[in-house]
Amino acid sequence: MYKLILCLRYLRTRYIALASVVSVMLGVATMIVVNAVMAGFAHEMQDRIHGILSDLVVESRSLDGIADAPGHMAKIREVAGQYIAGMTPTANVPAMLGFQVGDQYVNKQITLIGIDEATYSSVSDFGQYLQHPENRKQLDFKLKEQGYDQYDHQAENPALATAREQMRIAGWKWRRQISQWRKPIDTTVTPPGATTPSAENSNALASADPFLATTPATQEVFDPLTEQHTGAVLGISIGSYRAASGADQFLVLPGDDVEITYPSAGRPPKPLSAKFTVTDFYESKMNEYDASFVFVPLAKMQELRGMIDPITQVGNFNSIQIKVKPGVDPAMVRDLLQATFQPEYIVVSTWMDKQGPLLAAVSMETAVLNVLLFMIIAVAGFGILAIFFMIVVEKTRDIGILKSLGASSRGVMGIFLSYGLTLGVVGSGVGLFGGLLFVKYINEIADGLGKLTGQKVFDPSIYYFYRIPTIVEPFTVTWIALGAMAIAVLASILPAWRAARLHPVSALRWE
Amino acid sequence: MRPNPTLAELMPRSATERPTLLACRGLLKTYRKGPVSVPVLQGVDLAVRAGEMLAIIGQSGSGKSTLLHLLGTLDQPDAGEVHFEGHRIDNLPASGRDLLRNRYFGMIFQAYHLTPEMTALENVLLPAMIRYGVFSYWTQARKLKAQATAILERVGLGKRLHHKPRELSGGEMQRAAIARALMNSPKLLLADEPTGNLDQANGEGILDLLGELNQQAGLTIVMVTHDSAIAARAHRTVTLVEGRMQDAGRRAA
Repeated sequence: MYKLILCLRYLRTRYIALASVVSVMLGVATMIVVNAVMAGFAHEMQDRIHGILSDLVVESRSLDGIADAPGHMAKIREVAGQYIAGMTPTANVPAMLGFQVGDQYVNKQITLIGIDEATYSSVSDFGQYLQHPENRKQLDFKLKEQGYDQYDHQAENPALATAREQMRIAGWKWRRQISQWRKPIDTTVTPPGATTPSAENSNALASADPFLATTPATQEVFDPLTEQHTGAVLGISIGSYRAASGADQFLVLPGDDVEITYPSAGRPPKPLSAKFTVTDFYESKMNEYDASFVFVPLAKMQELRGMIDPITQVGNFNSIQIKVKPGVDPAMVRDLLQATFQPEYIVVSTWMDKQGPLLAAVSMETAVLNVLLFMIIAVAGFGILAIFFMIVVEKTRDIGILKSLGASSRGVMGIFLSYGLTLGVVGSGVGLFGGLLFVKYINEIADGLGKLTGQKVFDPSIYYFYRIPTIVEPFTVTWIALGAMAIAVLASILPAWRAARLHPVSALRWE
Repeated sequence: MRPNPTLAELMPRSATERPTLLACRGLLKTYRKGPVSVPVLQGVDLAVRAGEMLAIIGQSGSGKSTLLHLLGTLDQPDAGEVHFEGHRIDNLPASGRDLLRNRYFGMIFQAYHLTPEMTALENVLLPAMIRYGVFSYWTQARKLKAQATAILERVGLGKRLHHKPRELSGGEMQRAAIARALMNSPKLLLADEPTGNLDQANGEGILDLLGELNQQAGLTIVMVTHDSAIAARAHRTVTLVEGRMQDAGRRAA
């Protein structure tokens, strides 16, 4: 009983001990915040990567691809059909995209992906990254009249997201406007009777393959006011940049035409070009993808690259994207499929294999940070040790009194151990509360700090997230709190042991 | 050197005399500091009868406090024995000595040694808190508090129950220390210079209180002092000179 009372009295009268607890508290709070933010980032990233990549990819090593997508899909279904929820063939090649900004052309290196618009959304979250509500339901590569999102629809609170003013006019309206402006220029530059842009496409292909030389009999006149080229969905960062204010500035809008230069199939690959009309933007918020992916219809791409078998009329494909059923381990299906296909020609990989190094780096970073932060709490433990030693020295006479009144050494030790435990509980408790509070209001705090220092703490132009993502894992939090308490108790063992060993007579003599 | 008397010799010689409560024989104690050894007690024999008020008088450094510590099992002798109610106690394990100090001995010191964080009432309750575990203390807290209050009233601190030691005067602190020593109804009170830090009037008051406790409650008291005037208040006085008993003067009980 006396242990409890004295422990509480010491707590109430020795505020210096609480100072040592502040360091435990800060350590615990920092660990919770760091873990929550790291887990948030990792989760967000995994989520996005997984959203962009399908669970499994069956890929050809060759750029020319492999013939007979339906045949391969049938084989996949035969081998692992019970695990598979959806499949879609795609073709992808490195390519170059050019668009006109003012009077100059801007070129960007891209990955050109031919997708089957009907099924592609079924294997990944592709659809929800698009900017037009109708395209999010079903992509059709047709330019819409208007109605493109003027706010980031993926923002947690769209009202807070910076407006994308330019998107208001995107669509046919913009196309008509821009064509009206360009018409006089284009007609002066292009000599009368020259090929129209659409005819240019077929000419380019024709010149690449003399056997396919078919000069159009009649010259179709392409009218940009009413017609569009084949639609293309551009990664949002290709044709835009984010200003320091967080507002997106677009160099290209849905309705603009872009020129894509791609390698033809066959030996050796030759560069070919074709015009496409931007019909939507793709915003996965993974900059790596947003800055390089351009999606076009698979059939059109097969036709342009010459990937269609002239006899069977079946197009080649580069990869088959597979979505497995919920709860199925993609790695297991991967092994199953890889055993079916020749690894020299076809590689099967899961989305985690593709982004393995990135995910491993994040978890490594978290582990290193945890070790470092736990060291901070351990340092706090030494602070407790020192202060406890001083308290034991100060309380030497009281310890003598307790012993003269019949208190056992174990009882005296108990006072200081429970003192240490209480400090640990208080420190990690307050730290826990503070840390969780910090995590809850982390964005408000970041904004406030930004205002105070005039420098954005969390710059959305770098991260492409509007909010700092956080996840509080109860297991991690419990572990941190228990660890801090254990350190406080460990630090109090030595002083408590010293107190218990004090000889009552010398303790009583102590003045 | 005269031979040590046997325990039997120290025991009561007639049925009219009261039994020996506490006895020691041939106590030796030497403090060592490196190569220097300071002999403090060099063979002390003593017998304290139940209900007696005994004063051990001696000058500073005569070893009287050490003797009291040995009698109170706060320290262990290098040689010799201490007996309480006929049982040897100096060689008991630590837990046994803790129990003895808690239940049978009450101790008061020159510097009062109250716990500064606790009120007078809590200081008095401290031996009971040490005696009982949390639960059993909890169940009888009301009774124990009433008992502690009664003791404090008895020593004249009825109105100072909730004062911290620093809010009490020296005399009051010593009264509180006496009350604390009485909490577990001890059989023996060991007092180390109980009036050493007090002025005459307060010292007299404390001595009166000790005398009362001895007279009315029959509490056996062993008191250590350097002041023969104070020793005169005891039934019997023994003098300690350089670690040895000098004589065993006795007054009528």
